[in-house]
Amino acid sequence: MTTTAHKPHTSPEIGGLGHSRKRVEDARFIEGRGNYVDDIELPGMLHMAIHRSPVAHARIISIDTSAAEAVEGVIAVVTGELLAGYNLAWMPTLSNDTQAVLATDKVRFQGQEIAAVIATDPYVAQDAARLIEVEYDELEAIVNPMRALEEDAPVIRDDKEDQETNLVYEWESGDKAATDAAFAAADKIISLETHYPRSHPAPLETCGIIADVDSATGQTTLYMTSQAPHAHRTLFALVAGLPEQNIRIVSPDLGGGFGNKVPIYPGYVVATAASLVIGQPVKWIETRTENLVSTGFARDYYMKGELALSSEGKIVGLRVDMLSDQGAFFSDAQPSKLRAGMFHIVTGSYDYQAAHVTTRGAYTNKAPGGVAYRCSFRVTEASYLIERLVQNAAYEIGMDPAEFRLKNFIQPEQFPYTTPTGFVYDSGDYEAALREAMRIVGYDKIQAEKEQARKEGKLVGVGIASFTEVVGAGHGEDYDIVGLKMFDSAELRVHPTGKAILKLGVKSQGQGHETTFAQIVAEELGIPADDIKVVEGDTDNTPYGLGTYASRSVPVAGAATAVISRKLREKAKKIAAHLLEASEDDLEWETGKFFVKGDPESSVSIQDVAFAAYTNPPPGVEAGLEGVHYYDPPNMTYPFGSYIVVVDVDPATGQWKVRRMVAVDDCGVRINPMIVEGQIHGGLAEGYAMSSMQSITFDEAGNHLASSFMDYLVPTAWETPRFELGETVTPSPHHPIGAKGVGESATVGSPAAYVNAVVDALEHLGVRNFEMPVTADKVWAALETASNG
Amino acid sequence: MNVTVTINGTERSADVEPRLLLVDFIRSNLGLTGTHIGCDTTSCGVCTVLLDGTPVKTCTVFAVQANGRSITTVEGLKQNGELSAMQTAFHEEHGLQCGFCTPAMMLVGTALLEENPDPTEDEVRWAISGNLCRCTGYMNIVKAIQAAAQSAKEGASV
Repeated sequence: MTTTAHKPHTSPEIGGLGHSRKRVEDARFIEGRGNYVDDIELPGMLHMAIHRSPVAHARIISIDTSAAEAVEGVIAVVTGELLAGYNLAWMPTLSNDTQAVLATDKVRFQGQEIAAVIATDPYVAQDAARLIEVEYDELEAIVNPMRALEEDAPVIRDDKEDQETNLVYEWESGDKAATDAAFAAADKIISLETHYPRSHPAPLETCGIIADVDSATGQTTLYMTSQAPHAHRTLFALVAGLPEQNIRIVSPDLGGGFGNKVPIYPGYVVATAASLVIGQPVKWIETRTENLVSTGFARDYYMKGELALSSEGKIVGLRVDMLSDQGAFFSDAQPSKLRAGMFHIVTGSYDYQAAHVTTRGAYTNKAPGGVAYRCSFRVTEASYLIERLVQNAAYEIGMDPAEFRLKNFIQPEQFPYTTPTGFVYDSGDYEAALREAMRIVGYDKIQAEKEQARKEGKLVGVGIASFTEVVGAGHGEDYDIVGLKMFDSAELRVHPTGKAILKLGVKSQGQGHETTFAQIVAEELGIPADDIKVVEGDTDNTPYGLGTYASRSVPVAGAATAVISRKLREKAKKIAAHLLEASEDDLEWETGKFFVKGDPESSVSIQDVAFAAYTNPPPGVEAGLEGVHYYDPPNMTYPFGSYIVVVDVDPATGQWKVRRMVAVDDCGVRINPMIVEGQIHGGLAEGYAMSSMQSITFDEAGNHLASSFMDYLVPTAWETPRFELGETVTPSPHHPIGAKGVGESATVGSPAAYVNAVVDALEHLGVRNFEMPVTADKVWAALETASNG
Repeated sequence: MNVTVTINGTERSADVEPRLLLVDFIRSNLGLTGTHIGCDTTSCGVCTVLLDGTPVKTCTVFAVQANGRSITTVEGLKQNGELSAMQTAFHEEHGLQCGFCTPAMMLVGTALLEENPDPTEDEVRWAISGNLCRCTGYMNIVKAIQAAAQSAKEGASV
C-alpha cells in the first residue's frame, strides 16, 4: 500500500525508524578528525609512485629503471617482470577476465601501470618514477567499440590464447520471437540511438592503500579505500596466495566511493607485494589524474532502442541492441552471471510482455573499470534509454508525455510483476509518484506557460522520467561476485548495561550507516539509538559481507540487522519470562519492554533483560545476548520515482538552465528522512553533472582528454540546480522493515529527466535527441539547423 | 629553508625543501590531517585553509610562501572547547556526508561571514563555487552556511 507520509513508532529518545536523527559521524568530521587512508602514518612507512604509459597501444620493447634506482632515497623499483616471479604480473578481474598489474608485453591504454618506485619520501618517489625510460613500438589505438569489432582491427588482448577478436561478450535477454511478432503487429515504431558517455565517479578522496606486511609473522594489514573489505580480503588471499586469516583489511573513513572503490586496482597489489618483499609499510595514494585515467570508469554504452506501439497508444514491445566499450580489460563490478549487469531492466515502469535485449562488449584501448557509478550494475544506462524512448513516443503520437506514461504504467494491483526479461518487481505505485510530482511542479500550469513562452519566442522545456530501479543484490542463487554469494550480515552484541554494538559487513562512504543502522536496532529492541555503536570496515572485527555498492546496504545488511535484532528479542523474551516468573506465552512486547498480558505494571525493560542475560540467565538458557545473522534476500528491491525538470533555453546561445527539479522518490520505508533526502540531493546533482558537463573523452590516438578537474567538469554549487523533493511510500513486501535502498535512485532516474527537458524545449522544431553531455553548442547547433531548414 | 607559521594560534616552524607544498607541510610536518588533498590543479578546494584570514588552496602554494603568516585550519575552528556556529550548523543542517570536503567548506563559509554576515543563497553559492562536493548536491551546505549566519546574528561565535 502506498502512502505519502509515515510517522515514527518510537519516541525521539529511542530514535527508531522515521526519525531525522542527526548524524553521529559528524562529530569527527566537523573537527577535522576524520581518519582517511592518507591520514594514516606508520613507523618506517615508504611511499610508492607509479610510472604510467603515455601511449594507448604499444608493444614494450624495453624498460630501463637504472636512472630511477640511482636516485637517493629510492628503495626499489618494481616492474612486471619482477612481479611475474611471484606470479603477480596479472590478476583476475571481477568479471572473470585478467588484468595486467604491471605491463610486461604491451600497454593497452594511456595511463596503464608499467613500473612502481618505492622511496622514503613521496616527492622522491614521483621524481624517480619520471626517470624510468620505456621504449615502445606503437600500434593502432582503438578508441571506440565499433572500430574494435571490425575485422581488420588489431587484437588488443593477444595475451589471451582464445581471443581472436576484440569481442568481450555477447549476452541476450527476453524473447526474440515474441518481440518480433509484437513489432510486426505494431502501429508505430519509435527508435532512438544514443550513447551514454564514459564517465567517472571521481570521489573527492582518490584511491589509496597502506600495505603493512610483517615479515616476522606474515600478518598483512591493508589500510585501503575499499567499499567491500571482506570480498577484497578473500580476493587478496586467492590472488596473492596469502593465508586469509593473516590478512586484515581496514577500510577507514572513505571520502566518497560511488563505485570507484569496488574493484581491486594494480596499485593495491604492487604496494602489497612491495611491502612483502621490503618488509616495511608502503603507502600509495593516487593523484587525481591517476584516478581519472586509470581506475573506475563507468557507463560508455552505445544503445539502439525501438519501442513498438499499438494504435491505442499502448506500448507492446521493446527491442534493444547495445554495444559496450569495456576498455582493455573486462573488469565490470557486477554479478557473475550477468555480462551486461542488470541492463535488461530496460523495460522500465511499463506494462508490456514482449522485449528482446541483445548486448555485446568490446575491448578498446581505454582504462578498464565498468564500475556501477552510483547505480546498480548498468541500471542507469537502461533507465536512461527507456525514459528517453517513452518521451519520444509521446511526441510521435501527439500525446502529453505524462499522460502517455500514466496510460502505460504497470498498475499497483499487478505487483509482484514479472517483466519480459525476468525481473520480479516487488511493489510499486508509479501513478501515485508521477501524480505527486505533477502536483508539486504544477504540471498543467507549467505546460500552459511553455506554450505561451513559445509564442513569445522563448524556449521552455518540461522533461519527465518515471524510473524503476533494481537494487539490493541479491539472492545468492542468482547473484554472486566471483562465486561469493551476495548475502550480507549483521552481528549484534547487547552488553550487560543494555548498550549495544552492531557490526556490519558493509561499509559506509558517507551514507551515514553509524546513524541509520542504530535506528533499525532501536526500532526492533527499543534500545535508544544513542546507546548503539555501529562498527564497519575492519575485517578482523566484523562479520563477512559483500560490501556497499548497488544500494545494497539497507536492502541486505539492513535486513540482517532487523532479523538479528528480532532473534535477540526472542531470546530476551525467555529471559523476561524468567524474571517475571511468567510463561513466555503470557508476555507482550512494547518498544523497550516486556509485560505480562493484562498487567502492564508487571514489566521488565530490555536493559533489565540484558543485565540478567549475563547475571541471571534462566536455567538451561545460554548466557549472553548477542548473535549474528547472514541475510540472503528472497528478491531484489525496486525503488522507483518520478522526476520532472523544467528548463529555460536561451535561443541565442543554446545555454539551458534548470528552473525547477522536482523529485518524488519511493524507496519504501525511510529509516532517516534527513539522510534519505541528502542522498537524493547528491544523486540529482550527479545526474545533472552527467547530463550537462561530465564526460571522459579521448582523441583518435587514445589520449585521455579529461585527466584533471580542469577538463573533467564536475559541477560546483553555482551550476548545480536547486531541488524540490517529494515522496510516496510503498514498503517492500519482502524486506523486514519495508525499506528499498535510495542512494542511487536519483543518479539513475535524473539524467533522462534533464535531457528530456532540453529536448522538450525544442520538440516543436523536430528535435528528438541530444547526446550527453548536453552542452550549449549542441543545443545552439540544433537551433541553427531548425532555423535554416 | 626554515618556515615559521602561526597555525591556529600556535607558532610552529620546520626546515623544508623549497618545493614542499603548503598542504603537505600542514599535513605531514605539522600533523594536521583535517586539511585534505583531492586534486593537484586548484580545482576541488578540499585543501583550503585561511591564510591571514583569506581562503587559499594549499595544493598550489609552497610552504615557504606562508612564512611569517597566520593559518587557520579546521582544527582551529573550535574556540575555548566550543564548536563554532559554522560547525554546529553543518551538523544540524546535514551539510556533510563523507566529510572530505567539509573542513574546506566550513572555512570558506567562515571567511564569507566575516565579510558578509547576511549572505543571500546566491552569494553563498558563489562563495563556495571554488569547492567541490560529490555527496550533497550542495543544498544542505548552502543551508548550513545561512543557518550559521543566522545564529551569528543571534550572538554565536562564527
